[in-house]
Amino acid sequence: MKKAIVIFLLAVFGFFLAVTFLDPDFEAERNHNGVKNFYLDKTVSQLKTANTVTAIVVNFRGFDTLGEVTVLFLAATALGSILFKKRHHIGDRTVLMPASSIVSAGSKLIFPAIILLGAYVFIHGHLTPGGGFQGGTIIATGFLLMLIAYRDFSISHNVLSVIESFAGIGFVTFGLLGFMNGGTFLQNFMGTGVLNDLISGGVIPVIYILVGFKVAAELTGLIYTILHEKG
Amino acid sequence: MNYLLFIIGFLLLVLIGTAVYAVRQRDLLYAVIATGVISLALTALFLVLQAPDVALTEAAIGVALTTIIFIITIRNTVRYEDEKDKK
Repeated sequence: MKKAIVIFLLAVFGFFLAVTFLDPDFEAERNHNGVKNFYLDKTVSQLKTANTVTAIVVNFRGFDTLGEVTVLFLAATALGSILFKKRHHIGDRTVLMPASSIVSAGSKLIFPAIILLGAYVFIHGHLTPGGGFQGGTIIATGFLLMLIAYRDFSISHNVLSVIESFAGIGFVTFGLLGFMNGGTFLQNFMGTGVLNDLISGGVIPVIYILVGFKVAAELTGLIYTILHEKG
Repeated sequence: MNYLLFIIGFLLLVLIGTAVYAVRQRDLLYAVIATGVISLALTALFLVLQAPDVALTEAAIGVALTTIIFIITIRNTVRYEDEKDKK
């Protein structure tokens, strides 16, 4: 009985997969004059943004990015709320070994470089590959290194929450400012400047810096929670 | 163009081989390291296929964060799939 259900579900899944891939006109209509060329044309000529991917993620599909940030925030919050209960009964199963002096000395040396790289990646998100998510993750990796190398390295959860909240509120505020300037939500209302300048692309670098701060704070808090949870 | 195809094929083979190893391995720590190697090969693949944005994400999240989170989880739970796998 169980096998029959599995085979039936596989057949249904396979049918829809086959329909998707065997359809000969799946891409034909869209590829000729769809949104693809619109993005490629408008990015350089109107938005003055060197990185097309960033222009799509933040400007054309900015609302999706807001959704992604919300998903990340909800995931971090859910993890924190699950692990918070377990923290009351602290077992002594895991013995915390101090890291070797090579690791701790090397981490102290490399930590500022990692933070600098992360900041560079999200500040230059509209010029070079990368952006808020990537830069934020790199910064979180730097804090992870310090947390592993130094057992007593502590981060204030309140500071992380404040950074996270202000970055999120800033994102939504910049979206709402688009309404005030007579456009739609997340309208690019600032002057776009000159192509390849650091300050160009209007609202794109501002939003990506906010996203970078938010992602960095969220992931650092997430790692800190997991690392200090003792089951 | 030919050598590019060769590199892509090699990376795909590495991906498949490491994935099979990660599934078959009974020691979960080795399996997690293999997952990190999969992410590394995937990063190189994205770079070869001219998607540096995705490559950066994959490098930061796949290689560093996910691997470390799994290792912390193994540290807090058990290392072997079965008790009798312990050497």
